[in-house]
Amino acid sequence: MELALAVALITAKVVIVTAILLILPIPLTWLERKIAGHIQQRLGPMRVGWHGVLQPVADGLKLLTKEDNIPVEADRRLFKLAPIISLVPPFVVFVAIPFGDSFSLLGAEITLYISDMNVGLLFIFAVAGLEVYGVIFGGWASNSKYALLGSLRCCAQLISYEIPMGFSVIGVVMLAQSMSLLDIVNAQADVWYVVYQPLGFFVFFVAGLAEAQRIPFDLAEAEGELGAGFHTEYSGMRFSFFMISEYVVMVTISVLCVILFFGGWNGFLIPLPPLIWFILKVGFFIYLFMWFRFTFPRYRYDQLMAIGWKVLLPLSLANILLTGLFIV
Amino acid sequence: MEAIFFLTFAALAVASALGVVLLRNPVHCAISLMVCFIQVAAIFVLLRSPFLAVVQIFVYVGAIMVLFLFVIMMLDIRTAVLERFLPGWERVPILGVLTVLGLQMLIMLLTSDRLLHPPADAGTVLDGTVAELGKALFLDYLLPFEVVSVVLLVAFVGAIILAKRERKE
Repeated sequence: MELALAVALITAKVVIVTAILLILPIPLTWLERKIAGHIQQRLGPMRVGWHGVLQPVADGLKLLTKEDNIPVEADRRLFKLAPIISLVPPFVVFVAIPFGDSFSLLGAEITLYISDMNVGLLFIFAVAGLEVYGVIFGGWASNSKYALLGSLRCCAQLISYEIPMGFSVIGVVMLAQSMSLLDIVNAQADVWYVVYQPLGFFVFFVAGLAEAQRIPFDLAEAEGELGAGFHTEYSGMRFSFFMISEYVVMVTISVLCVILFFGGWNGFLIPLPPLIWFILKVGFFIYLFMWFRFTFPRYRYDQLMAIGWKVLLPLSLANILLTGLFIV
Repeated sequence: MEAIFFLTFAALAVASALGVVLLRNPVHCAISLMVCFIQVAAIFVLLRSPFLAVVQIFVYVGAIMVLFLFVIMMLDIRTAVLERFLPGWERVPILGVLTVLGLQMLIMLLTSDRLLHPPADAGTVLDGTVAELGKALFLDYLLPFEVVSVVLLVAFVGAIILAKRERKE
């Protein structure tokens, strides 16, 4: 009976988290277009619903009814598999992410995370790394020049920035003395780690921008030179899978920024419920990502590689060294 | 319960490992290898070493296979699919050697008494936590650990020298 209850609880949590993440891109695309509009001194979508709120729904319907086109020369099985491979890892990452401590319901303690892993942080990086495969297979299976070039670029970018990103959080692990995200947040009850780890946070955030393939690092889909990068040949729902995964990755990076450097659900000055604090902070980072997108130009490919290997990597190593010195 | 999980993972691992060898398209082979690695990681979890499982996915699936695919994607797959590994007559002696080796392994497996009486647990049992592992590595096994890092460093330098093109003046 207890086992069944535990399984039911975990299933319920997984379903809720997945549902929220699947729905989240709908308001996010609307927000993104609205923010873009106002930054560029125009209104953004205005036609469907109040201030265009229903625009994403209309877009979704359009994508659903579009023809699902598969190129003749494509590797059909891989072509169909690629969007799914790129969609699954960003969702799996959320298994290890805590949204709060716990609350009691009907006398039972319910935790606000699916699993508190001893190797949580490492698990997140390992699973997030699998997202590269969607990009590689998508580009290769399409059997098209633009798609292949886009996927090679994107793949090189993802691999290069994964390294400084991984190194930049070692400082946090050293301070919290744990890789469990729950312990990391609890260790920040008094002081947020961004105070001790400004350099680590900078490297993490820039590498995060690159991992989420956001401007200024969105070379994979440089419209001007590559068509649309690795998903050039995709249409309809398969294309929207890639888009959804991109938004979920953006949310993941924002959530990780908050958990690792900004105290997670620990409040600051104003007493609000922990979950509200958490959502507010994550929302701020999502806004920051969108803000960046419309205020920065895109880097050139060689600049991108130089930033990754010659600036971020040494900085992240220096951060580890400094943290070590201060701890001792 | 655990046995069912183990059998599923093991069967999938063997099937995908066979796929690596038997499939014709190199990219499909690489995918099979990836699936195989993930199954092995799952078996590590069953053995209560989550750290090893995560590292297996991190390093093998997340890094090494990506670089593999990177190279394979540059190949001309069409000729690679048509090409045989060994043409014509050269296959016969190799097949013979493989058969003898396979038979040897089978006989060794069937005659050993480990098949029926599996050995007890390994000497040191760790909790599988990262902290324990770190302590074991940096206190008990410091010398082997450092030796391995030096070997890796040498490999790094070698790779860079091999990849660097000579500048012609």
